[in-house]
Amino acid sequence: MKEEKKEFETEMNKLENIVTELEKGELSLDESVKKFEEGINISKECNKMLETAEKKISILLENDGELQEDNFISE
Amino acid sequence: MDYNAVTVTDLNKYLKEKFDNDEALINIMVKGEISNFKNHYTGHLYFTLKDENSIIKCVMFKNYAERLKFVPKDGTQVIVFGSVTVFEKGGNYQIYVKAMKEDGIGDLYTKYEELKEKLEKKGMFDAAHKKKIPMMPKVIGVLTSQTGSVIRDIINVSTRRNPNVYIRLLPVPVQGDGACNKIADAIKIMNEKKLADVIIVARGGGSLEDLWPFNEEVVAHAIYESEIPVISAVGHETDFTIADFVADLRAPTPSAAAELAVPDINDLEYKISTYQQRLKTSLKKKVELARLRYEKAISSRPFKEPTRSINDNYLKVDTYIKRLENKIKLIYKEKEANYSKIVSRLDALSPLKTLARGYCLAENNGKIIKKSKDIKSGDVLDLRFQDGSKKAKIV
Repeated sequence: MKEEKKEFETEMNKLENIVTELEKGELSLDESVKKFEEGINISKECNKMLETAEKKISILLENDGELQEDNFISE
Repeated sequence: MDYNAVTVTDLNKYLKEKFDNDEALINIMVKGEISNFKNHYTGHLYFTLKDENSIIKCVMFKNYAERLKFVPKDGTQVIVFGSVTVFEKGGNYQIYVKAMKEDGIGDLYTKYEELKEKLEKKGMFDAAHKKKIPMMPKVIGVLTSQTGSVIRDIINVSTRRNPNVYIRLLPVPVQGDGACNKIADAIKIMNEKKLADVIIVARGGGSLEDLWPFNEEVVAHAIYESEIPVISAVGHETDFTIADFVADLRAPTPSAAAELAVPDINDLEYKISTYQQRLKTSLKKKVELARLRYEKAISSRPFKEPTRSINDNYLKVDTYIKRLENKIKLIYKEKEANYSKIVSRLDALSPLKTLARGYCLAENNGKIIKKSKDIKSGDVLDLRFQDGSKKAKIV
């Protein structure tokens, strides 16, 4: 599944780095505010990714040599 | 015609007695391949045992069949234990099977060990080659049987951890001839069409023979070459297949595989909110620190007496100006002294002073006459006196 969209894992790593950087307290106030905003935005995006994940249980069946995706109904 | 004929029943009864009194037929072990296998609804098993040249009928009653440790099927090489006797009604003899085990298991173990060693030498189990399982896969590809508890377990565990999970099942046979090729092909298809972010290859428990497709080299290679990370979950916790060794991650059971592939959404949400909290706390701290610094700054001297430093500077400037003035005055005085000295020297040299003493200057056409030969009779000269000039004629 290659997607151009942001990877959850990368975003989480970014978020973690921002939090650690901000916690060090070495940034100027201006930079701190910028980092804070960035962090909050990323965290919101991460939450969104969790909420908007596609919900689907499907089965791939071969049909004339082509794979077709159908809803999977467990017996 | 008076023949001493016996009835069919009597004959079969006679034969049955012969069979039953033969020690060799009461407890016998027979090896052969199962064919015509039928699992009757009563629970009794009916099949024939065959080799290259011959066949014999077998029956295994329910109470014995229940104790089987594997699922018999056509083509399985087995050793049966039981007695051979005549079925009077049918006029045939058959083996009444009391126990049955798979034959050739020893060969499989050898094959397993050999392949394991071979692939290990090739480096196919190396940790360095193992791919990381993505933290939040968007699509979980599952390769297993379409029916049975395995797929159900995986779906149950996955959806419990994340209700928004996306599972794609690509059904494959998980035992029997050809299953290994189907499994390997399915892994390749998943990769070619990029159908998943992580693949679970799963199968429930079974005998070594049942699990055999997962010990086949073709499956091992497909897993090794898969660009999508593969989690294996084959058999029970105690079963280790070749697929388990090659896989990027081995799960002890299919449910555990689902746990490894699907992150618990509650955990993640909690993690995110913790990050948010930490961001807020550290920014608050930063602002508080900045406020303290500000307060300290405005309570310092320059802020409390803002004019003081200015006055200090005024004083400094004044001192400089004074020093400059003094210097200039000094220079000026020196110049003045020089000037009057020069003026007095100039004064001493002035011809006007000489004229004042009673001399006069004779000029011819503006030229001062210094010698008598410079003039001749008849020249008109200008004579300059102290108070003016008069013309004079040379005689």
